[in-house]
Parts: sequence; C-alpha cells; structure tokens
Amino acid sequence: MRPPPALPRLRAMGHDTTLTADSTPRLSGDLAVWFFILAELLAFGVFFAAYAFARMRHRELFDAGQALLDRNTGALNTILLLSGSALVVRAVQGNQRGEGRRSARWMLGAMACGLLFVGLKASEYAAAFAAGISLSSSLFHMFYLSLTFFHFMHVILGLVVLAVLWQGLRQDRYRQDANPLESGAAYWHMVDLVWLILFPLVYVIH
Amino acid sequence: MQYKSQAVAKPYFVAAIGLFVGQIVFGLIMGLQYVVGDFLFPALPFNVARMVHTNLLIVWLLFGFMGAAYYMVPEESETELYSPKLALAMFWVFLVAGALTIVGYLFVPYATLAQMTGNDILATMGREFLEQPLLTKIGIVVVALVFLFNISMTMLKGRKTAISMVLLLGLWGLAIFFLFSFYNPHNLVKDKYYWWWVVHLWVEGVWELILGALLAFVLIKVTGVDREVIEKWLYVIITLTLVTGIIGTGHHYYWIGAPEYWQWWGSVFSALEPIPFFAMTIFAFNMVNRRRREHPNKAATLWALGTGVMAFLGAGVWGFLHTLAPVNYYTHGSQITAAHGHMAFYGAYVMVVLTLISYAMPILRGRAANSPKAQVLEMWSFWLMTIAMVFITLFLTAAGILQVWLQRISDTPLGFMATQDQVSLFYWMREAAGVMFMIGLVVYIVSFFVKGDKVAEA
Repeated sequence: MRPPPALPRLRAMGHDTTLTADSTPRLSGDLAVWFFILAELLAFGVFFAAYAFARMRHRELFDAGQALLDRNTGALNTILLLSGSALVVRAVQGNQRGEGRRSARWMLGAMACGLLFVGLKASEYAAAFAAGISLSSSLFHMFYLSLTFFHFMHVILGLVVLAVLWQGLRQDRYRQDANPLESGAAYWHMVDLVWLILFPLVYVIH
Repeated sequence: MQYKSQAVAKPYFVAAIGLFVGQIVFGLIMGLQYVVGDFLFPALPFNVARMVHTNLLIVWLLFGFMGAAYYMVPEESETELYSPKLALAMFWVFLVAGALTIVGYLFVPYATLAQMTGNDILATMGREFLEQPLLTKIGIVVVALVFLFNISMTMLKGRKTAISMVLLLGLWGLAIFFLFSFYNPHNLVKDKYYWWWVVHLWVEGVWELILGALLAFVLIKVTGVDREVIEKWLYVIITLTLVTGIIGTGHHYYWIGAPEYWQWWGSVFSALEPIPFFAMTIFAFNMVNRRRREHPNKAATLWALGTGVMAFLGAGVWGFLHTLAPVNYYTHGSQITAAHGHMAFYGAYVMVVLTLISYAMPILRGRAANSPKAQVLEMWSFWLMTIAMVFITLFLTAAGILQVWLQRISDTPLGFMATQDQVSLFYWMREAAGVMFMIGLVVYIVSFFVKGDKVAEA
C-alpha cells in the first residue's frame, strides 16, 4: 500500500511515522470529547432527518420558504467557517512544531471568522424578525429558525472554546500536552461540518 | 467514617427506607384496586392510594438525596458539615411535616384538607404529584433552603470538587424548580406548561445531575479510578443531559395547547435523552473494569452497575418508546406511560439512592463493608427487586399496547373502562410481580440485621 502523501511531510517535521505491529493509531483529542461530538452530530442528524421527512410532505411550502432566504450571506458564512477551520489547523500544527506562542494569532484569526459569522447571522435574524417571521409562521420557518439557531448556539460555544485555546497558546500551555488543544479544535471542526450540511440542505437544495 | 458529622446521614437513610416500605404497601393496594375495584373502598379510594404512593416516592427519594448529600459533601469538601444540628433539626421538621401530610391525605377528605390548610389564600393543590397542602409546600421550601445553606456553607469552607459542584447544581435546581409548584395560573395551558417545569425539569433535568454526581462519588470510592477520569465523564454526561433534557420538556407539550413547533422540538431532543443514560452505563462498567482496588463492598458495586443499566432501560429505552409525537398521539397517558414511570424511577432514582445507602450505611455503622452473609442477602434483594421491576414494566407495557389498540386504534374502539376489563390479566400479573418486589424489599431490610464476620474496620 502506498503511504498517504502527508507522511513525508510528517517525517520532515520529525514525527515517528513507522507503522509497526504494536503501534496503535493515536486519537487526536480526548475520547470523552469525541463521544460528545458524536452525540452532537447525532442530534443534528436527527434534526436533518426530521427536516427531510417534513420537506418530503410539504415540498412547495419548503421551496417557497427557501426562495426567500439570502443565499449569498449563507455562502459567505460558509467561507468564513471553512477559513476559520483552516486557521485552527494552522494553530494546531504550529503548536506541534513547538511554536505555541506564535500560532496563537492563527487562533485569533479563527475567532475573527467565527465572530463575523455570528454578526452576519444576527443580521439575518434581525431581518427575518423584522419581516414578522417566527417559529409558528410555517413549518419551513420553524425548521429554518430552529436548525440555524441551534447551530448558531454551537458557534458561540465554539468561540468560547477557541478563546480559551487562544489564551492557552499565548501562555504556551500545550507544548507538553496537546490534548486540550486538539479536543477543542475537533469540536470547532464539528461546528463547521454541521454547517456544511445545514447550508445546502436549508438554503440551496430544492 | 472520615468526618463525624457525616453521621447525620443515618437518620435520613433510615427514614427513606421506612417511607419506601410505605410506598410499596400503597402500590400493592392500588395494584389490587386495578382489578378488584372496591377493595378497601370507601376507606381508601384509588385516587388517595395513588396520591400516597407517588408522594411517598418523592418524599423518600428527597430524604435519600439529602442523606446522600450530608454523607458525601463533608468527605468531598474534606471538612466537617457546617452545622450537624441544623441538619438533624431539619430531619425532624421534614419527617413530621411529611407524616402529617400523609395522615391528612388518608383521614381527611381532600377538599376539607384544602380548606384547613389555606388553599383559599394561595391555590396550589389538586395537581398531580404536587397535591401537597400549601403548608407542606412551604415546609418543603424551608427545609430545602436550610439544607442548601448547610451544604453550600460546608462546600465554601472546604475543597471544591467537580462532583460536589454538580451535586450542588442539581440540588439548587431541585429547589428552584419546585417554586413553580406555587404558580397555578387559571389558563389550563399555562398551568400544564409550568407544571412540567417542576415535574419534567426535576426528573429529566436537575435530578439527573444529582444521579450523576452520586454515581460518580460511589464509583471513585469502590473502584479507585482517578478522579480526573471520572470527572471528565461526569462533565460529558451532565452536558448531554441538559442539552437533551431541557428542550426535551417539549415532549409534554404536544397536546396541551402549546405551539406546534414543540412537536418537532420535543420529538427530536427527547429522542436523544437516552444518550446520557447510555453514557452513564458505559461509564459505570468502564470504571469498574478499570478498578485499581477490590473494595470489600461488592453489594454497593452491584447497585452502582445496576443503576446504569436500569436507568438506561427505564428512562432511556422505555422513554423513547413513546416520546415521538406521532407515536405519543396514540399512547399518551396509557399504561405504557405507567410502565416507563415505574422502571425509570426505580432504575434511576431508587437505585442510585440504594447505591449510596449500600456504600455509606456500613461505614456509618463502623465497618468498611457488611459481612459476606449480609452482602449476599442484599444482593438477593437487588435481584428480586430488579427482576420484579422488569416484570412489572413488561406486564404494564403489554397492558398498554393492548389498551392503545382496543381503545384508540381498532375499528370498533372500546370505552376506557371496557378496555380495562380486557387487560385485567396483565394487571393480575403485575400485582404478582409487585408482591415479588415487596419480598425483595423485606429481604433488603433483613440484610441490615444480619450479623456475621466483619469484613474490615472503617
């Protein structure tokens, strides 16, 4: 089997990449956090399934509701979250190279992306509420508001996590033990991943 | 016993077990009234027996929680209890108030009781599980506040651990949400809406925090696994509990007149409520498998593992069974609900209190664990009660499925009482399982009086 292309780079970075019989693959981040992430994904998954089920039975209503959403803002938000995730990866890689302090600014950049997302989403909500849209407006709006708001709350929680990691990086606390950094990064990626399904599902596909 | 003041837990545990017996006696009476309608009528009508059965359950669990907290918090905080005297005084206040309330239920017509106890000043009576007279409710608040003051002060002067913080959060939540029992709006929708803030947010919210903390405490003690590992699991479990449980309240809002979106929110979030219970089971077994010591109290370990499994089955699986709105449309308020209620309360809260008692009581009586003979008897009681509860649940589930079919789905639906006649066989079998449970409870109590070689000094 050919080694994946990342291996030479890892070797160059001084990582031990020899795969011997007793080398067990290492889990990045904490098992408990992964358990939590899986539970979160399951929660969103159930919600997405409910959306699909409801849409199947009310197609026209859903298409009409979707047409009123601002897809451009949604696309911009997608770019912001993807960029944020890339920046988090840079921060984790920087820490692996022993440059914890220097990579704190990558984390700050990721937070800026997250904050912009929150700002754009808040303006979207403001417009929706000004137009009199509420959870009881229609089944589509119920899903639109519930799904995006549930995700919105996760972005905010993710931002709190990133802020803690930023502080930790500035104090170079993850040099010996990168576990908290990797766990937090994994959580942020989950928030990003959910949006990557939510955005096409609610805003685009019709 | 590491701290002298932990001894105040003992009367709480004794009272809890005493009231537990009362609860089961009334359960057996009611179970019989299901099939022999005029049994003990008019001396003890069904609705009174039911009220006593459920109220005793809540009161004895509260005694159990308080006893557990008085035992656990000094040890976690590494300091004596702030005021053992206050704890003992509140014990008597609570016991007398509880006993008077039960006597009132049994010997005074409910409407007269309401008149006697100032229900016309502030109407709080007449709602399921919150039937207590105003005076009793005020008494509960006073006892809870003094208890919380005592526990909080103890924690403030000592070590603060994650486990005791989670316990305290749960106990404060318990007290705060009980305040909604004083809010009784005329609008029936609002009435039900906030009634669930006590009932649901207790058993599917803050009580689960208490459950998690008590289980974590006993697991640290009997397995010797690092506190760090146990605390991490506890954090994950309580987060999952709160995320699913709080919005999961929506599964009570389907048919009461609340907005329609609750059918979706309630279904989605409450469908996930089994996850924290599943995590608790994995957690308990994982910790016991990774144990670093062989604790002489095998019975306590058995109770701890049993709590995980039975809470998952009773609260998780049996809850999920009828939590989705399209299913609940048919099953609402049927015997399926009763099946879920029985196994969930037993698996989650009865068993965790018995876990704590099983671990703490020998120590309170001056030994690390009971004699092997006493422990064997206690384990027998574990299996008798647990298997009996499994049967009670299965028979009620069968009765429920049949009831839903005959009364709500069939082309020629029967009336409520006609349906009850059709399912009476299952009620008889449930009663037999109830007798088995009672035998288990008697064995449990006998196990406290069995002597034998001491295992070790505490």
